[in-house]
Amino acid sequence: MTETQEPLLCVEGLTIEYQIAHQWQPAIHDVHLSIMPHEIHGLVGESGSGKSTLGAGILGDLPPLARHADGHIFFEGRDLATLTPAEWQMVRGHRIAFVPQNPLEALNPTLTIGTQMAEVTRTHLGLSHKDALKQAGEMLAQTNLPDPIATLQRYPHQLSGGQQQRVMIAMALSTRPRLLILDEPTTALDVTTRAVILELVRTLIREKEAAALYISHDLGTIAQLCDTVTVLYAGEVMETASVQSLFAKPLHPYTSGLLASLPSRASGDQSRLATIKGAAPSLVDRPTGCVFAPRCPVVIDKCAEKPPLERIEGQRSVRCWRWHEIAAGTLDPRQPAVPAALETTRSSDEVVLSVGHLRKTYQDGGFWQSKSGVQAVSDVSFNVPRRSTIGIVGESGSGKTTLARAIVALTEADAGSLTLLNQPISLHLAHRDASTLQNLRYVFQNPGDSLNPYHTVRSAIGRTIRHLRKDEHSTQDVEQTLQQVLTAVGLTSAYADRYPSQLSGGEKQRVALARAFAAQPALVLADEPTSALDVSVQAVILNLLKDLRAQADASYIVISHDLDVISYLADWIIVLYLGEIMEQGPNSQVRHAPMHPYTEALLMSVPTIPDGTSSKTTLSAKDAPPLLQGDIPSPRHKPSGCPFHTRCPRFLGDICVTQTPPVRAGENGHEICCHIPLDELRTLQTGGA
Amino acid sequence: MIRYLARRVALLLITLLLTSIIVFALTQFLPGDIARLILGRDASPQTVNDFRQRFGLNDPLPMQYVHWLSGLAQGNPGRSFSAGNPPVMPLVQSRLSNSLRLAALTLLLSVPLSITVGVIAALYADTWVDGLISLISLAVVGLPEFVTGIVLINVFALGLHWFEATSLVRDSYTLGEWLRVLILPALTASFVLFGYITRLTRAGMIEELKKPYVRTAVLKGLPYRQIIVRHVLRNALLPTITVIAISTGWLMGGLVVIENVYNYPGLGSLLIEAVNQKNLPVLQTVVVLVVFIYAVSNLVADILYAVLNPRVRLG
Repeated sequence: MTETQEPLLCVEGLTIEYQIAHQWQPAIHDVHLSIMPHEIHGLVGESGSGKSTLGAGILGDLPPLARHADGHIFFEGRDLATLTPAEWQMVRGHRIAFVPQNPLEALNPTLTIGTQMAEVTRTHLGLSHKDALKQAGEMLAQTNLPDPIATLQRYPHQLSGGQQQRVMIAMALSTRPRLLILDEPTTALDVTTRAVILELVRTLIREKEAAALYISHDLGTIAQLCDTVTVLYAGEVMETASVQSLFAKPLHPYTSGLLASLPSRASGDQSRLATIKGAAPSLVDRPTGCVFAPRCPVVIDKCAEKPPLERIEGQRSVRCWRWHEIAAGTLDPRQPAVPAALETTRSSDEVVLSVGHLRKTYQDGGFWQSKSGVQAVSDVSFNVPRRSTIGIVGESGSGKTTLARAIVALTEADAGSLTLLNQPISLHLAHRDASTLQNLRYVFQNPGDSLNPYHTVRSAIGRTIRHLRKDEHSTQDVEQTLQQVLTAVGLTSAYADRYPSQLSGGEKQRVALARAFAAQPALVLADEPTSALDVSVQAVILNLLKDLRAQADASYIVISHDLDVISYLADWIIVLYLGEIMEQGPNSQVRHAPMHPYTEALLMSVPTIPDGTSSKTTLSAKDAPPLLQGDIPSPRHKPSGCPFHTRCPRFLGDICVTQTPPVRAGENGHEICCHIPLDELRTLQTGGA
Repeated sequence: MIRYLARRVALLLITLLLTSIIVFALTQFLPGDIARLILGRDASPQTVNDFRQRFGLNDPLPMQYVHWLSGLAQGNPGRSFSAGNPPVMPLVQSRLSNSLRLAALTLLLSVPLSITVGVIAALYADTWVDGLISLISLAVVGLPEFVTGIVLINVFALGLHWFEATSLVRDSYTLGEWLRVLILPALTASFVLFGYITRLTRAGMIEELKKPYVRTAVLKGLPYRQIIVRHVLRNALLPTITVIAISTGWLMGGLVVIENVYNYPGLGSLLIEAVNQKNLPVLQTVVVLVVFIYAVSNLVADILYAVLNPRVRLG
């Protein structure tokens, strides 16, 4: 870089406070952060860490009841805190642009894309409406939107999530801003779309010579995109470093803990994930010393005193008293790995649930309209052996949730058979007996929504016990079982009297699991059990899921869009696309060649976190297929032949369009549904080796 | 959109047909013999029978209904029971046009003002401005029409002599003369609408201002005015516009009290007269007409909503 090495953005000692019960409490405390021109700076933290508040603070757009209490934000040499509203208006959208998390909500539903894009350049660059529209079309073309000119005429709801986010990015970059602030721009998107959008963000930011502050909870995304990372915890900077050094050698115990809790870092399928004990402090009970001290595995007496944010070299800085020891390698800040509580007995041949040719077609159209069917699940068959975990993975729209709901009869399947413990069970909920209900339990994606806010934990779990455990009639029996299941999910008996609003996200999910296991089920279906949770909480719940399976002698069907979560938990993986099984097989085999081109694409989309000892599938870079372009087709217009042919990177030709691919059997029951023979797939995917 | 429209119009016709059946059936259940009631106790059986014959009251009920409905559809719902038996239609027509004038002036007075005030209340939400507006609009909406009507008459007609206290209406009136007659009843009706529309606009604005797209617009660096006018207002007014369209139905057929206070010859007062005189042909026609106006204004509301909301229009 030949330019001046003055930072573009320099945050110095920033403190932002929220008013809570008439008291000002810091949400961001003494934050230092600088971004050089052309730098992509990642800001990572869990929910409540203040990362979005920091982003809003830089944009001068704090929510009501928040105030910029101390510190400076210098941008292009000016202190942003001194700007008048009129000056802010010149900076926002012109010098600093913003890309939000949820593009559908962030776009005005009643204005066309063209109008919304054009008003930015009309305001800031003084273009005429016609020129602005022309420029908007050019910007959209650069984001690889299929039909940019037609898109200008469309309304937000007519675009897919990925397309909407492209619009947001194009809009943000249309004035060639110096700095882009992106707040979780890919969190609301599907894995495959996420990978494409990340690639686009990186290319465009480089091309437009902008710098960026990329806010995310997802370490993988940060690793893939950013040059530098700042780790935020409880509103304070724990560590700032280049991406390479942060992931190779984290200096702060919190960073180490966060990295160790990633499911992709699990060393073997029997191991537990490392977790960070306790929970992040709330705004009102921040520790006075080091904010991380209460949860730190290597805490010492000195930590009662707040450590300074020490500049080490270049951009690297850390806020820890013991970083010298960690850097020298004399101190390992990671939580000692706890061995699995119980060695899981390997799954037996006994089949708990057998799903045969299950089909679900949603009937579309009301009274006045002609009927059209939307095939959500078509002809799905698989078995769940006792003590095993079946993982179902796929993008949104793949039919995975419909499949799970059809099994528990929340959605009525049209055809097919279900056999539970060798007894055929009805596809209709009303025809199922109590023992079926007791043996088949469901854990919903969002525990906050699935717990009745007006029922205590005792009442929620107690109901399940009373209704489904016919052997337990007396109040004492119910109470005893309640205490047992609470203990099993790691909650004390004090939680029995709490209401859902008094629980954290992780605690709510524990209660939901306790409620499922209170019935002593044979099979638990968990729909995205951790997707609403933070990384460190996710690790705790994933460990808990493994422990419970061993203790309760139960089986699982786990549904997730996250391949890392699935491959951490599952023995058997089913890859679903538009309601059809593309591939299924043992966990160890599904993630390695030969695999279905869709599975391959999903794997490619998961950002790899560099750690030197990556156990991930290695795809030779040269032969790696391009990232999946486009969106999953609507099940309403399901492609003929192989449903994946419209996006398949290994598309053969007419045969994929006209003929249903054969199911090719591999070893150990591994099945791949593809026109390409397995040997050929293996050759393609291992780069000819 | 065409399909949607066709469906809505079909529904409207069905609604009207059902209403006509209900109205016809209900009027048959009025206590006592209609002919006897109209002609009085002293009428001879011969006169009563003549009356029944003339108005087809001796025919079987379904026949009477079909006869009435086909007349109604052709714009000739028959003759009134009142003295001289004038045809119903011209009477209803003149009342309809009076009601239209009153409704139009009321909307003209209340809509722009109440939307403006509602927007101001939302932009200054939770300040004294908002508090004052809330207080006024609540007070106005809470006062019954006859109270505001009588106060207005006392102040502007009897006290200041600016306007007439009662509304003598002639078709030969000039625009100025019409305004003099219409202004007080229209003002009274406006008070009711004002409170309603103001509060609805305020709620719509406040809800809309919280939406993430407003933050996007702010962070795009757009001028404040443009954000409010181009982005927020249109979306915030969607529910308000629907309510305005529907209240047109009320303005046309529901102003019974106001028309009574001012002695204004609109549809509402005609309805009351018809009920009092047991004037069945008039009553039936007015009720069907009012239902028709309600149905049409509902339809207009839905169409407006669809036109302004691309999510409905373009599915």
